[in-house]
Amino acid sequence: MYELPLLTLVIWLPIIGGIVVLASGDRGSDISKWIALAFAILTFAISLGLWTGFDVGSGQMQFVERAAWIPTFNVEYYLGVDGISMPLIILTTFITIFVIIAGWDVITYKPSQYMAAFLIMEGVMVGVFSALDAILFYVFWEAMLIPMFIIIGVWGGPNRVYATIKFFLYTFFGSVFMLVALIYMYFQADSFSILDFHDLELGMTAQILIFVAFLLAFAVKVPMFPVHTWLPDAHVEAPTGGSVILAAIMLKIGGYGFLRFSMPITPDASASLDWLIIALSLIAVVYIGFVALVQQDMKKLIAYSSIAHMGFVTLGFFIVFTIIRSPEVAGGAVMGIEGGMVQMISHGFISGALFLCVGVLYDRVHSREIADYGGVINTMPWFGAFVVFFAMSNAGLPGTSGFVGEFMVILATFRADFWWAFLAATTLILAAAFTLWMVKRVIFGEVKNEKVAGLQDLNRRETLNLGVLAAAVLALGIWPAPLMEVMHASVENLVAHVSECKLPASEAADCVLAVPASVAGLTGQP
Amino acid sequence: MPFDAANLFPILPEIAILVTASVVLVLDLYLEEKDKDINHTLTLIGLLVAIGLTGAVGGGEALILFDGNVVRDGLTDLLRGAILVVSLLAFVYARPWLKDRGLFVGEFYVLGLFAILGMLIMVSANSFLTIYLGLELQALSLYALVAFERDSKKGAEAAMKYFVLGALGSGMLLYGVSMIYGATGSIEFGPVAQAVAEQGMDNKVLVFGVVFLVIGVGFKFGAVPFHMWVPDIYEGAPTPAVLLLGSAPKIAAFALAIRMLVDGLEAIQADWQGMLMILAVLSMGLGNLVAIAQTNIKRMLAYSTISHVGFIFLGLLAGSAQGYASAMFYAIVYAVMSTGAFGILLILSRKGLDAENLDDLKGLNDRDSWYAAMMALVMFSMAGVPPTVGFMAKLLVLESVVRIDLVWLALVAVAFSIIGAFYYLRVVKLIYFDKPDPDMPVLTTSGGVRFAMSLNGLSLLVLGLFPAALLSWCQGVFV
Repeated sequence: MYELPLLTLVIWLPIIGGIVVLASGDRGSDISKWIALAFAILTFAISLGLWTGFDVGSGQMQFVERAAWIPTFNVEYYLGVDGISMPLIILTTFITIFVIIAGWDVITYKPSQYMAAFLIMEGVMVGVFSALDAILFYVFWEAMLIPMFIIIGVWGGPNRVYATIKFFLYTFFGSVFMLVALIYMYFQADSFSILDFHDLELGMTAQILIFVAFLLAFAVKVPMFPVHTWLPDAHVEAPTGGSVILAAIMLKIGGYGFLRFSMPITPDASASLDWLIIALSLIAVVYIGFVALVQQDMKKLIAYSSIAHMGFVTLGFFIVFTIIRSPEVAGGAVMGIEGGMVQMISHGFISGALFLCVGVLYDRVHSREIADYGGVINTMPWFGAFVVFFAMSNAGLPGTSGFVGEFMVILATFRADFWWAFLAATTLILAAAFTLWMVKRVIFGEVKNEKVAGLQDLNRRETLNLGVLAAAVLALGIWPAPLMEVMHASVENLVAHVSECKLPASEAADCVLAVPASVAGLTGQP
Repeated sequence: MPFDAANLFPILPEIAILVTASVVLVLDLYLEEKDKDINHTLTLIGLLVAIGLTGAVGGGEALILFDGNVVRDGLTDLLRGAILVVSLLAFVYARPWLKDRGLFVGEFYVLGLFAILGMLIMVSANSFLTIYLGLELQALSLYALVAFERDSKKGAEAAMKYFVLGALGSGMLLYGVSMIYGATGSIEFGPVAQAVAEQGMDNKVLVFGVVFLVIGVGFKFGAVPFHMWVPDIYEGAPTPAVLLLGSAPKIAAFALAIRMLVDGLEAIQADWQGMLMILAVLSMGLGNLVAIAQTNIKRMLAYSTISHVGFIFLGLLAGSAQGYASAMFYAIVYAVMSTGAFGILLILSRKGLDAENLDDLKGLNDRDSWYAAMMALVMFSMAGVPPTVGFMAKLLVLESVVRIDLVWLALVAVAFSIIGAFYYLRVVKLIYFDKPDPDMPVLTTSGGVRFAMSLNGLSLLVLGLFPAALLSWCQGVFV
């Protein structure tokens, strides 16, 4: 039966849309905006086909497309999704719609270039999530930098040039070493297929070096402490849409990288260096939580809150190795990764919504300083209600999506180590403290000044944006089962894979992880 | 040996260029000032004919001609084509600039065509003598082109520097050739290769010869530590001359290296590999670091050239068919990128104003968003950011280096390319993030220039997305 190449469509439709929007130009009418919106909605609609056609029982790659790209180097145009990448693709296509809508009236300088940059960005990000060829992945991964560089640099705040060059160089720095690692593995596997890399037998030294190369790339993207410093700058200077995409999707690409590359390709190195990632994650949760508390700038505060929340994600992923080593609690491993995944999706909604909220205020008052606001709820009651809701979910209130992921990660961590879990759980206090304190200062209290007194409540577009996101946060919080169901088989697959030692037979004695039956037979180990 | 007219058939492209150059030379004397466009048209037609002839005589078995002095093989075909196409673009970009300055005369075209002829001879040389002849023909024409703006002191100074240092480089090369002749008793690549394979590195004269050859190659490429002439000449020479000497000659220099080091001396590859490694690391390092400090964009591009030469050397030193193919891919791609970059500078230049400083690019997006996009493509490609072809070129040379287990060299290369990314990004920043000065004139360009620049810029994107064809062509040359 002939099937539509869904992934190709979802990648290239928005890119083509971007070119059309560019061509439509800025001739004083809204035509480019409408075209952009149409392409964004159409892409989202098509991407839903990935969800409905997805076989939840299978942990294998689905919707696979494979064609030669550079035959002499075995580089392929190789696409496919599993339960880990599919939800992230839907998240991408979903959030892009709101980014387009959010820029509708606000962007006055070359709006067609603005819309086009976001559409191209969307296609490229979907490409990152669906590429199964390492070079294809790398091409999308780096190509993503160009539109974001331009978005922050052209439509950003006063210090935008510094922020965007810092952003670009940081991420470029992280990823070039990954490129060398990928080329190295090509000569081991004679293929650039990521799935072949998963089965590749690698010695411990090679694994450690590759792990470090991956860590540089993904840790910058997540971002993990201590390479997080580009994020607050980029967020503060980026236009609202740029912040939303950065927080909601780009950070997730780092987390996705850990799941798709680091853990399955170098499980032994991951198992022996997991203490490092766990330590960095806990520092992100606790230390960055305190840093967020003292921020004066709303966007910076949410940026630091993102770093803390992403610390949860990496914690959930790498706690798995501790759990695997003590077989009696094996069930927790799947929970840790699923918790991290849910946290990623939920953070995508919540941080996106919070940045939109700051955008709403910024468009009216042109300030992001907390001190410039106070008593906003008196003039913007609807807006205030939304902000309180999203703040609550950012703090992890049960019933919202923020709670589900955090709770699962904390539970999994408890099975590994009480004190880690204790530290991780402080986020429930810290996140509540920094978010709610901000809400208190901005939304409640007396009307602070004339500007606040003259505020208009949300218009139709803003209400629609925040309303839909609020519904998503609530739905995921109350009934996360559909999401879990989609990813369950893939995560179980992944856990089974990372539980097995990948060292060559000669080094089998060093295995911390279980020795697979085939190798154990050769060396006579149990 | 009797003269065989069949020998002439495979060198028809060279003949076409020679004929064009001679016709323009004579015709120019009789042309009125207003008819000078005929020179331009004739040159373009000549180049197009040469491209067509390259296709017509290309393909098939390698042919050794003129008593073993000339060869026509896959390498010749591909490099001829690349040199001609790049030069064609260069002439198109140069025309408005020349007209604005009253320099729209036949000599520019004659000298340019002779330089191209020299390059074509280099790529089809099969002996040290032929390659030297080609090199000198190219170099002498380019010296004159650098001094082309007679009243420009900077131009005269640059030409002098170029001439002295270029002569020094040629001298080194010739000295090396003479030693190799002494050691092997031949100046044709085939017999030399045979003799070298028999003698190996035991012959000290041969070793010295190789050292001088590598120095000569380093001079012609502008690799550190033989790079001193590059920035000064790029800055001082009129931009159209820089356009001609900064793009296609890199392809010819690549041919020089391949013909001499690989065709002639591959048996002692282990020895020149080490030398090229030093040149490569120094070039990438110095080029990228010093480029950051430049405010003159021509000077910045000069240092950027030096760093790209380091990357080309990475592919060469790998010493495998794969490596040579990747170096060739890189050299061709670099020539296209550099043509695009200098082309934009020519487009931005107006009567009385040469776009030379980075600030002249300010706010290009507001002045002409299409040219801005093309320049951004060139810059991202030079920085090696996908999906542009610059990334593919870098990927391929890195791959050939990792293939021979020089992972550390690959790491050094990527580390310097991060540093390099900064100054290319700065150009993008100027184009997109800064506002133009209010007194900057509106950009007016002819349709031909716009078409050529679109072709130039978009080719970087298209080749980046579909590199397979050009790549397998390059690989087909070295099997």
